[in-house]
Amino acid sequence: MIYLDQAATSWPKPPEVLKAMTDVLENAGGNPGRSGHRLSIAAARIIYDTREEISRFFGVSDPLRVIFTGNATHAINLALKGILKPGDHVITSSMEHNAVMRPLRNLEKRGIRLSIVQCASNGTLDAKDIGRMVASDTRLVVMAHASNVVGTLLPVAEVAAIVHQAGALLLVDVAQTAGIIPMDMTAMGIDLLAFTGHKELQGPPGIGGLVIADHIDIAQIDPLICGGTGSRSESEEQPDDLPDKFESGTANLAGIAGLGAGLRWLKDRGIEEICAHLKTLSRMLIDGLSAFPEVKIYGTLDPARSIAVVSFTVAGRHVSEIGFRLDEEYGVLSRVGLHCAPAAHKTIGSFPEGTVRLAPGVFTTTEDIRLAIRAIGRVIRS
Amino acid sequence: MTLHGVILFHTTSSVLRAEKRLIKEGFATRLVPTPRQFSSDCGIALRFDWNDHERITSMLGEEKVEFDAIHFLDANPV
Ligand SMILES: Cc1ncc(COP(=O)(O)O)c(C=O)c1O
Repeated sequence: MIYLDQAATSWPKPPEVLKAMTDVLENAGGNPGRSGHRLSIAAARIIYDTREEISRFFGVSDPLRVIFTGNATHAINLALKGILKPGDHVITSSMEHNAVMRPLRNLEKRGIRLSIVQCASNGTLDAKDIGRMVASDTRLVVMAHASNVVGTLLPVAEVAAIVHQAGALLLVDVAQTAGIIPMDMTAMGIDLLAFTGHKELQGPPGIGGLVIADHIDIAQIDPLICGGTGSRSESEEQPDDLPDKFESGTANLAGIAGLGAGLRWLKDRGIEEICAHLKTLSRMLIDGLSAFPEVKIYGTLDPARSIAVVSFTVAGRHVSEIGFRLDEEYGVLSRVGLHCAPAAHKTIGSFPEGTVRLAPGVFTTTEDIRLAIRAIGRVIRS
Repeated sequence: MTLHGVILFHTTSSVLRAEKRLIKEGFATRLVPTPRQFSSDCGIALRFDWNDHERITSMLGEEKVEFDAIHFLDANPV
């Protein structure tokens, strides 16, 4: 089997991740921050240590500014709904996942003005187009670091400069890039960063987070969910302390432990090496697919401007048939359709049919790619 | 007999953050359940050797480590 659906979720997970998850449930099973006994403290330490690793990983100095959530979707909702108020203006790109688009459409119904910057058909965004949309009431710009449909990288640092000039905030969805591109929030000018644990960070599903830059005043962010935190229990009001203000309810201990192990595993492997490996695989995929005249590949076709996510269609054939036959006949697992990103498919011109998406990961080999391309050739020629 | 003090915090995360800084400075500390007489809160607090009281207080202040309160733990071994 050749798993080329890493953009949906990474698989297999490093054995260290599985071990960390079973270990924590076996040996540190207390409720973190609720009781004072050793099992509760052991659990709290694992969570704190993971917070610290994440803060270092993304380049913020205070670990308490790492807010754990269920996934990127939850983190994006927390940031958007916590910050935007009726009358505010928000800008996004036309390449966004529904994790961004749907909460924005929902907020639009509540009196928030939404502008969507049109990206080029290869998925690229001209930062100046954001500048043209910024107005005096612009509160926030939200965008993906890279598209989950075509892998195109968006110019985060350039947009950050424009956004800050206007006195607005920048929220970046790094669901697709965390773990494969070295990242420093401070250097990139990211104010709020939403990540998910189960993709290239190598963690399990059900854990993600919002990282809030050191300079952001958290008084401007309302919690999405209120409830028990184990702190200030004498009060019936939600506490203002970080991270508790945004973390009500018992934490996903096993998920956090697994994510921590994933981060350590990535550090050992080296993100730079992973990044280089994926560029090689991406180049092979693009070159291999380009040899078939009936295949149309979307995106920049340039591994220097994209992550290793390659989308294609085949003239006169349904993507569902291609995906199904790749799986059934060759054990090549892809994802076909709209990839939860209708706006992105409209932008690249593949709506409503969608594309076949191939996304290799850190465990994918060059031999896997050779075999996958041969399989694709056979499927489209028969 | 060692006399102890205890530092109270509002959140578990801030206790653990402070604990790491104190350990890094070489102070002997221990996490203990928050003594009920000091707080209605559940959770954990940071116990330390009362002899280090002044040095710890000034270090917490200098490094802007947020905490709730510092108390002497008289005849109240935990
Ligand atoms: C760009 C992008 N944003 C957000 C998400 C949502 O991630 P999750 O489902 O883990 O919340 C995904 C993945 O599906 C994604 O690719």
